[in-house]
Amino acid sequence: MESGIFHTTYQRDMALRHTPAQWVRLALVVAAALAFPFAANNYWLTLANQIGIAAIGAIGLNILVGFTGQISLGQGAFLAVGAYSAGILTKQLGIPWYASTVLACLITAGVGAVFGMPALRLKGLYLAIATLAAQEIIEWGILQWEPITRLTGGVEAMNVPRPTLFGVRMNTDFNFYWVTLLCLALTVILAVNLFRTRTGRAFVAIRDQDIAAEVMGVDLFRYKVLAFAVSSAFVGLAGALTAHYRTIISWERFTLETSILYLAMIIIGGLGSVSGSIYGAAFMTLLPAILQNLGRSLGGTVPNIAQQIPFLQQGVFGLVIILFLVFEPEGIAKMWRNVKDYFRLWPFSY
Amino acid sequence: MLAAGLNGSHLREGELQLQVQNVNLSFGGVNALLDVSLHAYQGQILAIIGPNGAGKTSLLNCISGLYHPQAGSILFHNGATADLTKLPPHAIARLGIARSFQNIELFRRMTVLDNLMLGCHVHMKTGVLENLVYWGRSQREEVEFRRHVEDIIDLLEIEAIRRKPVGALAYGLQKRVELGRALALRPALLLLDEPMAGMNAEEKEDMARFILDVNEEHGVSIVLIEHDMGVVMDISDRVVVLDFGAKIAEGAPAEVRADPAVISAYLGQER
Ligand SMILES: Nc1ncnc2c1ncn2[C@@H]1O[C@H](COP(=O)(O)OP(=O)(O)OP(=O)(O)O)[C@@H](O)[C@H]1O
Ligand SMILES: [Mg+2]
Repeated sequence: MESGIFHTTYQRDMALRHTPAQWVRLALVVAAALAFPFAANNYWLTLANQIGIAAIGAIGLNILVGFTGQISLGQGAFLAVGAYSAGILTKQLGIPWYASTVLACLITAGVGAVFGMPALRLKGLYLAIATLAAQEIIEWGILQWEPITRLTGGVEAMNVPRPTLFGVRMNTDFNFYWVTLLCLALTVILAVNLFRTRTGRAFVAIRDQDIAAEVMGVDLFRYKVLAFAVSSAFVGLAGALTAHYRTIISWERFTLETSILYLAMIIIGGLGSVSGSIYGAAFMTLLPAILQNLGRSLGGTVPNIAQQIPFLQQGVFGLVIILFLVFEPEGIAKMWRNVKDYFRLWPFSY
Repeated sequence: MLAAGLNGSHLREGELQLQVQNVNLSFGGVNALLDVSLHAYQGQILAIIGPNGAGKTSLLNCISGLYHPQAGSILFHNGATADLTKLPPHAIARLGIARSFQNIELFRRMTVLDNLMLGCHVHMKTGVLENLVYWGRSQREEVEFRRHVEDIIDLLEIEAIRRKPVGALAYGLQKRVELGRALALRPALLLLDEPMAGMNAEEKEDMARFILDVNEEHGVSIVLIEHDMGVVMDISDRVVVLDFGAKIAEGAPAEVRADPAVISAYLGQER
């Protein structure tokens, strides 16, 4: 049947991977991810968990900022909603950690959608200020608002029961690695699918030309709110994982500074790129660790360097962001594409 | 399921499709449209001409819901009848009205293919959850509409650039892609705002051929704004002339060209 042949052709044409090299690369990444925990010590496993969780949050933020073009300074607060929802559900209601994680995603999606509503009227800087208000309101709610502080503990850190699965404690670095990896893999797959179909295309269209998108039938209000909801669901997942992994939630992790850190991640990694979000998360998690180690090893030779490290770190952070903005505004994802292009043509490249 | 073809109209050839009635639009003190009334019929090409600032784009913006006139109504018939002045742009798209813009408004960082696929947005049915999962209904939908979009790509002869980001294309090609995106909506009525402006003779000829193709082969009704009188005389069935927001003439191309009011409006502009 003729149309049957067409069908498979377009299906194949729409596949994400076409060449054997792409499959080999994917297989290598998967193999490395699976082998990693058996080779790594606890220090590296902790870093891997941190990177994985940050990457999920960064993909969430990138869906909103990089793909849909809606700026948000509320990332920290949305992470907090995920973390506290998961914590409260498990601690107060005894809901298993994995179930409270799923519920936390839904709750954060709802909260994100509500705070995304101003996006219909506001753009750019004005939206940034509106989401800054969201950040402050949510922070205030967690810290000060009586009905909520009874659950969150306000400024006190909140302890969350240890996650277990079939009697096995899950929040060891080794065991949680698998949780993180599974969640990250799911997040990547879902996000990639989103942007090769109807809803994701509408998001990107809104970013590129919102008036044309509306004239082509995209309901701007609905899709902007939807972008906030989808983004927040993933951010909520990152928050919930933080809660169950650390078994302690303190609001200092979720301030405006966190929002800005995540924005830096996706700018450095690459706006509008799923893989870039992961690179950015890895970069921003590893950079302080590297600087710390550097400081420690220099400690013997350069006196007083240890005290300077936090300031140096801030300075280097800032510098790196500026360098990226100036020299590679499309981030690490673009640099990686350049490298791949180079080797595809190698040795005939010039 | 998307029906075959590019024409989304349920009307028969020659039936009344669009009724603009006594539309008034002003910005502060400027009257962009003054009591404008006109009709458009299924299967015809209606050209709107007039000097710069006459209100042509404003009229199109009223039809597609971007501007809301202070007075008047715009009735669109396609089975049911709707007053477009009361609807938001995305609802008007759902009724089957698609358009291009005077200053190309494509999704610049999306590929040609994605721009056209977005044109199918109102016909697609899948929701966000199905899209996240992809396998199943979403994938089938992508394949189905991809076939529709490939027909348009063939028609407009843009096979070679389908995977290019639109922002990287030459101006003339961008104009063509914008026509393609509008066609992907399967329009009942197609609004084109100066589709040939800024093109060289060869590109203009191509574009005229595509527009005629869409109209004659596929039966799509078109409202077209164009400055090039030669083109207007060649391809349009009827012409409406605007000047300072008011309709000063209407009729067959040859009639309009001979109309003294039209001649003086154009001479006035040149002076
Ligand atoms: N959004 C707006 N705000 C203020 N004035 C506007 C707006 N849109 C149009 N106008 C005014 O309305 C009048 C008609 O403009 P319009 O763009 O419709 O003209 P046009 O016939 O399309 O001209 P051109 O041939 O130059 O494209 C002009 O005086 C213009 O300045
Ligand atoms: Mg105009």
